[in-house]
Amino acid sequence: MSTGYQLKMRVWRGDADSGALGDYAVEVSEGEVVLDALHRLQATQAGDLAIRWNCKAGKCGSCSAEINGKPRLLCMTRLSDFDPAETITVTPMRAFPVIRDLVTDVSYNYEKARELPGVELGPRDADGKRRMMQVDVERGQEFRKCIECFLCQDTCHVVRDHDDNKPAFAGPRFFLRYAELDMHPLDIRDRRDTARDAAGIGLCNITKCCTEVCPEGIKITDNAIIPMKERVADRKHDPLVWLGNKIGLRNKDNDGRTAT
Amino acid sequence: MSTMGSRHPMTGNEMSGEAPGGIERRQYDVVVIGAGGSGLRAAIAAHEAGANVAVVCKSLLGKAHTVMAEGGAAAAMGNLYPEDNWQVHFRDTMRGGKMLNNWRMAQLHAQEAPERVMELEDWGALFDRTADGLISQRDFGGHRYARLAHIGDRTGLEMIRTLQQRLVALGIDVFMECTVTDLLLSRSEAGDNAIAGAFAYWRESGRFIVFDAPSVVLATGGFGKAWKVTSNSWEYTGDGHALALRAGATLINMEFVQFHPTGMVWPPSVKGLLVTESVRGDGGILKNSEGKRFMFDHIPEYFRKETAESIEEADRWYDDKKNNRRPPELLPRDEVARAINAEIKAGRGSPHGGVFLDIASRRTPEFIRKRLPSMYHQFKELADVDITAEPMEIGPTCHYAMGGIEVDPETELSVVPGLYAVGECSGGMHGSNRLGGNSLSDLIVFGRRAGDAAASYAAGLASRPQISDDDVAAAQASALAPFEVEGAENPYTIQQDLQQAMNDLVGIIREGAELERALEEVDRLKERAARMSVEGNRQYNPGWHLAIDLRNMLLVGECVAKAALAREESRGGHTRNDHPGPNPEWGSKNLVLRLNAEGTGVDMTEQAIPAMPDELKKFFEE
Ligand SMILES: Cc1cc2nc3c(=O)[nH]c(=O)nc-3n(C[C@H](O)[C@H](O)[C@H](O)COP(=O)(O)OP(=O)(O)OC[C@H]3O[C@@H](n4cnc5c(N)ncnc54)[C@H](O)[C@@H]3O)c2cc1C
Ligand code: SF4
Ligand code: SF4
Ligand code: FES
Repeated sequence: MSTGYQLKMRVWRGDADSGALGDYAVEVSEGEVVLDALHRLQATQAGDLAIRWNCKAGKCGSCSAEINGKPRLLCMTRLSDFDPAETITVTPMRAFPVIRDLVTDVSYNYEKARELPGVELGPRDADGKRRMMQVDVERGQEFRKCIECFLCQDTCHVVRDHDDNKPAFAGPRFFLRYAELDMHPLDIRDRRDTARDAAGIGLCNITKCCTEVCPEGIKITDNAIIPMKERVADRKHDPLVWLGNKIGLRNKDNDGRTAT
Repeated sequence: MSTMGSRHPMTGNEMSGEAPGGIERRQYDVVVIGAGGSGLRAAIAAHEAGANVAVVCKSLLGKAHTVMAEGGAAAAMGNLYPEDNWQVHFRDTMRGGKMLNNWRMAQLHAQEAPERVMELEDWGALFDRTADGLISQRDFGGHRYARLAHIGDRTGLEMIRTLQQRLVALGIDVFMECTVTDLLLSRSEAGDNAIAGAFAYWRESGRFIVFDAPSVVLATGGFGKAWKVTSNSWEYTGDGHALALRAGATLINMEFVQFHPTGMVWPPSVKGLLVTESVRGDGGILKNSEGKRFMFDHIPEYFRKETAESIEEADRWYDDKKNNRRPPELLPRDEVARAINAEIKAGRGSPHGGVFLDIASRRTPEFIRKRLPSMYHQFKELADVDITAEPMEIGPTCHYAMGGIEVDPETELSVVPGLYAVGECSGGMHGSNRLGGNSLSDLIVFGRRAGDAAASYAAGLASRPQISDDDVAAAQASALAPFEVEGAENPYTIQQDLQQAMNDLVGIIREGAELERALEEVDRLKERAARMSVEGNRQYNPGWHLAIDLRNMLLVGECVAKAALAREESRGGHTRNDHPGPNPEWGSKNLVLRLNAEGTGVDMTEQAIPAMPDELKKFFEE
C-alpha cells in the first residue's frame, strides 16, 4: 500500500445561484477516506468549504455526495479504491437543490416522511409485554438498518431526471418504510392505498438502481418494493376487497388491518 | 424589530426574516435544545403534557450522536433472567460509578427503564427477541445479568428513528441545522434570573433566530471532541455545558471522563472510532503481543469476588451464569481501559500501538456476522480487516462525559428556574463511571421526566419572562465577533492544539504537574481564540461554526482540568498517577463548577454528595 501522496481533487464550490468545480491538491495518507481529504482541504486551504457530516463511520447518513458521478458516502469511500494519479471529482447530490458547496437541501425527504401514516399497534399482552418472534421481526429489521442517507432517493431516475415527479413520488427510502410497517407483525393499519396514491409506488419501474447505491446493502427493490407493489396490486384488483371496504367488513386480504 | 420569514415546516431550511438585520422570533412553551434520544423523549413528553414544543438541533433530524450507539439500552426487564430487577440494576450502577452517583437518579433510572424501553416498542422499535418472543437482553460490562435491550449492534439508530418517527407523527416543530449560541434570561432586580429563551443561528443562511420560551431543556450531549482520540463526532463540543455555565447553572463530576477501552487504532484516519463492548459481551477476549489473555492480571480487589479466576470459569460463564463468575474482560470500562493502557506501556502492545481483541478464534463467522453486523462492516470497509478471521487491534478512546449540569433528580431542573438538562450533558446519574448501556436508558428515563416538568413549569407561570433587546444585541455581537478580526489564526489550528493538549495532559492517566500545564495551555488557547478570524460569509460556513464551538470546548476543557487537579485520588474515570487508589474522604464529595464573576473562567467548590437512605444502603452490605 502506498503511504502519503498529493491527491488531485475537483470539488464543486458554489451556491443556489451559481458554482463551478475548483481544482485542489491535498496531502493524503494511507488508509484515508474522501472525507479526510476534504477535511484537510477545509483546515488548510478552504476554511469555508461546506460539507455535511457527523459520525465519520457510515452510521448517520449525513455525508452523502457524488464521487466521480456516483452517489456515495464521503466517509466510507476509501482513497485506496482510486489510482493515486487519478483526479477525484466530488459534487453535491444532483436530485436535491444545492445550499452551498457539497451541502444540499434534503427537505423533500422530511416532507415525504410526514405524509406517511405511522405505526399503530394493538394493545399489549395481559402481562404488559409484547410478543413477536425473531423470524417475524427480521424482515422489518433489514429495512430499519436504513441510515437515511437519501442516496437511493438521489439515484432514482423518477426524481433525478424529472423534478416535477417529486410531489407524486415518495421514493425508495419511503417505499422501504411502507414495506417495513406492512410487515410489522403487530401493526394494524393498512397503508396500501396511501402507498399507491400519495406515495406513487406505481411510478417505480424496478430498475434496482436504488439497491445498488444503498450503503447498508438493503435489498430495497427485491425485498421491499416488489412485495409492496404486489400487495398494492392485489388490493386494487380484488373485487372482494373493494366490497369489504364498502360495507366495512374485514376480510382475509385486509389481514385484520384498518385502512387509512 | 422582528420579521417572520417563511420556514419549511419540517426542516426550517429557509431564510429567516427578509428585512436587513431582521431577526426571526418564535414563541414556545418549551424549547428543547438537542435531538438525540434525550431531547426527543423530552419533547414528546412535553407535547403530551399539553405544551407547545420546539426541538432545535445542530444537525439534521435523525443524525444526533445517539444514532451511533451500538450495544443496547440497559433495563432490568428480567426477560432472560427473572432474578433481575431494579434493585440489582441499581446496585450495579452505583458500584460501577464507585458510589459517587446521585443515588436517587440511579434508583429512578433502574425503576423506570423497563417501561421506557417497552414504550419504544409501542412506537415501532423492533428489538431482537428471546426464544419466547420477548425483548432479548445482552451481556455488558458491570451488569450482573444480561440486561441490554438491543437490535444487533445498532441500537442507537433504532432508538433515534423510533423517537424521530413518533415526533413526526405528533407534529412537533423541529428547527434543524440551527445552533443555539446563548441562553437568554429575564433579569429581576433581586437578581433571581429565570430562563426566557434562546438565541441561535441557522447554518444554512447564517441568520439569527430568537426563541421566546419560559422552559428550556438542554439535551446537547457530551464534549469528547476536545480530545484528539475520541469516538465522538464534531457536534460534541460541550455546548450545553457552556451554555448552562454562562446562564448561571452549575456543573458536577467534570473530572470524570470515560475512556472506552476499545477504539480502533488503525488506520490513522479512524483512530478512536468505537468498537462496541458487545464484542466482549458476545465472547471476544483481549490479548497482548505475547498472546496472553492479560485481563486476569488486572482484576481489582473491589471486583474480585464477582470476577472469574480462571480462563475455564470465564468461558463457562457465557452459558452458565449461575455457577460461574464473569470474565474479567467484562469489568467496568475504567478498569479495562487502564489495564490496556498498562499493557501497551509495558511494551506488550500490538503493531499499531493497541492490543488485540479477538472474537474470530472464539465464535463462528456466521455468529459474528449476525450479532455484530456493523462491526464486521466497519473493519472490512475501513481497515481491510475481516473480524471473523483475524483479531482486531484496539486501544482506549475518549468516549463519554460523566460530568454535566447539576440537576434535581426528580425534575432535571438546574439551579436556574426554567432550565432543565438531560442526557449526556447532565451530571450525577453515572457518578465517576458509567456502565455500558446505562446511557441509552438514562436518555429516555430522564428525558420523559424533564419534558413533563418543563411543561408543567411553563403552564404554571402567571406571566411569561421577557427577553431584553440588549441581551439579544449582545448575543448577536458575540456570535459575529470572529468576522471582525482579519488575518489572524484560523480556528482549526486552535482546535487541533486543544485536542492535543487534552489528550496528552488530561488523558486516561493523570498527574498533578501535567494538569497544571493543561490549565496554563487552556489559558493560552483562550487568548489565541479571542483573536482568531474566519474567512468567507455567514452561509453554511464551518470555519465560523467551529470558531463559536471552540469557546465552549475551551470552557469545558478548563472545567475538566481544574476538577481533575483538585481531586487527589483515583476513582472511576479519573486516575491520578500521583494519588493512586480511592480516598474515602473524596468519596463523599462532589466538585461543583460555576462561571466566575468576570465570566472568563470557572470557580470551584466542594459539596457533600446526597446521603443514601438506609433501606438502599442495605444492598451494599456484604
Ligand atoms: C460510538 C458510540 C457508541 C455508543 N454506544 C452506546 C450504547 O451501546 N449504549 C449506551 O447506553 N450508550 C452508548 N453510547 C453513549 C450514548 O450514545 C450517548 O451518551 C447518548 O446517545 C447521548 O444522547 P443525548 O440525547 O444526550 O445527546 P446526542 O444524541 O448526542 O444529541 C445531542 C443533540 O444536541 C444537539 N446540539 C448540540 N449542541 C447544540 C447547540 N449548540 N444548538 C443546537 N443543538 C445542539 C445536536 O445537534 C444533537 O441533536 C455510545 C456513544 C458512542 C459515541
Ligand atoms: S427500483 Fe424503483 S425506486 Fe428504485 S431506483 Fe428504480 S425506479 Fe427508483
Ligand atoms: S435505503 Fe439505503 S440508500 Fe436509501 S436512505 Fe436508507 S440507507 Fe440510504
Ligand atoms: S458522516 Fe455519518 S455516514 Fe458519513
